[in-house]
Amino acid sequence: MNDNNQKPQHRWGMAIDLDRCTGCQACVAACHAENNLPISDPQSAAKGRAVHWIRVDRYYEGEFPDVRLKYMPVLCQQCDEAPCEPVCPVYATYKNSEGLNVQVYNRCVGTRYCANNCPYSVRFFNWFDPVWPAPLDLQHNPDVSIRMGGVMEKCTFCIQRIKRAETDAKNEKREVADGEVQPACVQSCPAEAMVFGDLNDPESKVSHLAGSGRSTRLLEELGTEPKVFYLKRAT
Amino acid sequence: MATAIKTVSYEEVRGDLWRPLSGASSRYIITLLILSAATLWGLCAWGYQLRTGIGVAGIRRPVFWGFYLVNFVFWIGISHAGTLISAILRLTDADWRKPVTRAAEAITVFALMIGGMFPIIHLGRAWLFFWLFPYPNSRLLWPNFRSPLLWDVTAISTYLTGSTIYLFLPLIPDVAQLAKRATGWRQRLYRTLSLGWTGSDQQWHALERAMKLMAAIILAVAVSVHTVVAWDFSMAIAPMWHSSIFGPYFVVGAIFSGIAALLIVMAIIRKAMHLEQYLTPHHFNNLAKLLLLMSLLWLYFTFAEYLTSWYGNDPKEMNVFGARTRGQFAPYFWIMVFCNFVVPFVLLGVRRLRTIRTATIASITVLIGMWLERFLIIVPTLSFGRLPATWGQYAPTWVEISITTATFAAMGLLYLLFSKLFPIVSIWEFEPHVEPDD
Repeated sequence: MNDNNQKPQHRWGMAIDLDRCTGCQACVAACHAENNLPISDPQSAAKGRAVHWIRVDRYYEGEFPDVRLKYMPVLCQQCDEAPCEPVCPVYATYKNSEGLNVQVYNRCVGTRYCANNCPYSVRFFNWFDPVWPAPLDLQHNPDVSIRMGGVMEKCTFCIQRIKRAETDAKNEKREVADGEVQPACVQSCPAEAMVFGDLNDPESKVSHLAGSGRSTRLLEELGTEPKVFYLKRAT
Repeated sequence: MATAIKTVSYEEVRGDLWRPLSGASSRYIITLLILSAATLWGLCAWGYQLRTGIGVAGIRRPVFWGFYLVNFVFWIGISHAGTLISAILRLTDADWRKPVTRAAEAITVFALMIGGMFPIIHLGRAWLFFWLFPYPNSRLLWPNFRSPLLWDVTAISTYLTGSTIYLFLPLIPDVAQLAKRATGWRQRLYRTLSLGWTGSDQQWHALERAMKLMAAIILAVAVSVHTVVAWDFSMAIAPMWHSSIFGPYFVVGAIFSGIAALLIVMAIIRKAMHLEQYLTPHHFNNLAKLLLLMSLLWLYFTFAEYLTSWYGNDPKEMNVFGARTRGQFAPYFWIMVFCNFVVPFVLLGVRRLRTIRTATIASITVLIGMWLERFLIIVPTLSFGRLPATWGQYAPTWVEISITTATFAAMGLLYLLFSKLFPIVSIWEFEPHVEPDD
C-alpha cells in the first residue's frame, strides 16, 4: 500500500504544555482556517454537529468557591496502535509511512465505526455537505481538500505542511530542520504551549519534552501509544 | 402428538391450506394497502435522507450509532426464529414442528432482508455499500478483513443465501402440486419454482438429504451470524461493549426474540387464515415453554453481564452502568426487565395462565423488551464515553422513526404477499406416505 518502503525518516509528534495553556482557543480558530473545516450554526452545534479537529476540554478542580479551571487541548492523538484503524472495513483510515494516522476521504463510506472506537472522540463526521456563509467560501485553503457529506474526518497534523516542508528540504538537498514544520495550531498558540517535531530525532525539542518527567499521555492505560504528549507539573 | 391433524384426511388438509391462496377478502386488501403505505412512507424518508444527508437522522457525535443499528440487531435477532424452530426441531425429529416450520423459515428470510438493509441505510454514503463486498477495487485494494463490519457482510449474506435455500427446499413438493392446479401466471411461477419435481423416490431421497444437510449448516451459520453481530460491539474498546460474553448473550437474545416473533405470527395466521386445526394449543404450549426457557437464559446472561461490570467498579463502566440502571435510561432498563422476564415468567411459568392469548401477549412484550435491550446496549455506551468532556445525548428524528415503523410494515407486507402465493403450512408433510424409511 505504501510506496515508501524504507525505514521511516520521520515520526511526527506533539507536546502540549498544560501549565502554559490559557484556553484561548486560538488553536481551534487557526485549525478551522487552515483545514477548511465547515462552520456550524448554533443549532447544529447544540445538536453536537460542530466540527473542531482540535478542541479545548475544560475540567474544574476543587470545590466552590475555590475552583480552578483546567484546559486541555485535544486533537487526534495519532496513536501508534490506533483503535480506529482495524475497525474500518474499507481501509479509509490507516497508518502512513511516517506513523501518521491518515484518513482517505474518497475511500470512506461512513460506517462511523472508527469514531465509536476512538476513546478520545476526536473524529468528526460530515452529516451534510459542508457549507460556508459568504465570504468564508472565498478563503479556502487550496492545499486542503473539501470533504463531502457522509465521510469521516479528523486532525491530520497538518499533513499538507509536513509534505511541503519535506519537499522543500528534498529539493534543497537537506534534512527538515527542527521546528520547520508547524501545524496551524502550534503556529498560532500565543502561549507557546504546543511544540511539534520529529520524535525520531533525539535532539528535537519535542523529543526532549516527551522525555521530560512532566510528560504523560491521554488515556495511556489503553495501550494506544499516542504521539501527543501532555506536560503537566506533578502536584 | 398433533392429534387434531391425524383425524383430518389429506384431501381436507390440501383444501384447507390451498383456500387462502385464492381470492382476497376486503380485510386482506385493506391491510395490504395500509402496510404498503407505511412501507412507502419509510422509503420516502430514506430517499429524503439520501438526498439531504445522513444528518437528517438524530445521530450525532458522540452517539454515532442510533436507531438504525438498534433495528439492525433487532431484526437479525428476529431472523433466528426460523433457524431454531425449524432446524433444531428438524434435526431432533420433533414431529410437532411440521405445521410451524414454514411460517418460521419465512420470518427468517424476511427479517434478514429487512435487517440487512440497516447497515446500508445507516451509511454516510449508502450508494457505495458495495465497497464492503469482499473483492478488490480498481486499485487492487481488498476490503479490511480485520473489521468486524466485514465479518458482518460476509456472515449476513451467507445466512440470507442459506436461509433462502432452506425455505425453498421444503417448498418444492408443494409448488409442484400447486403447478398442477393453478392457471395463468401462477402456473408458470409454480412450475418454474418446482424445478421439474415429479415426486420420484430418487427426488424424495435427494430432498430429504438436502434438507437434513441444510438444517445442520444453517444452525451453525445462525449462531455465527449473531455472534458476529455481537462482535461489532464487543470488539470495540467502548465501556460495557468490550465483553467476552456478548457473542452467546446476543445469540440467546436473538433466539428469544425469534420465538416471540414466531408466536405472534402464528397467532395472527391462525386467526386470519382459519388454521385452528393445524396450529393447535399444543404448538403454542410447546413454543411458549421454549420462550420461557429463553427468558430465563436471557435473565441469566444479563445478570452475569451486569454483575461483572458492577463488581469490577471501573469508573468508565460505572458511568454507563449508572446511566442504564439508575440514570436517564433507567425507565427503559426496568421496562426491559419487566417485559423480558416478569411478564413471560408469570404468564408462561404458571401452567393455568399459559394459553394462546397469554403466549401472544408475552411475545409482544418480549419484542418490546428485546428492542429496548439493543437500544440500551448501543446508545448509553456511546453517550458516556471515556472523556466526560465529550458526553452527549441522542434523540431520534422523524426520519429514523418513520424508517423504523416502515420495517415493521414491510415485514407484514412481505408476509402477506408470501402467504397469498405459497401455503404457509407445509402441505406435503401431512401426506401419509412420504415418511423416509431411514
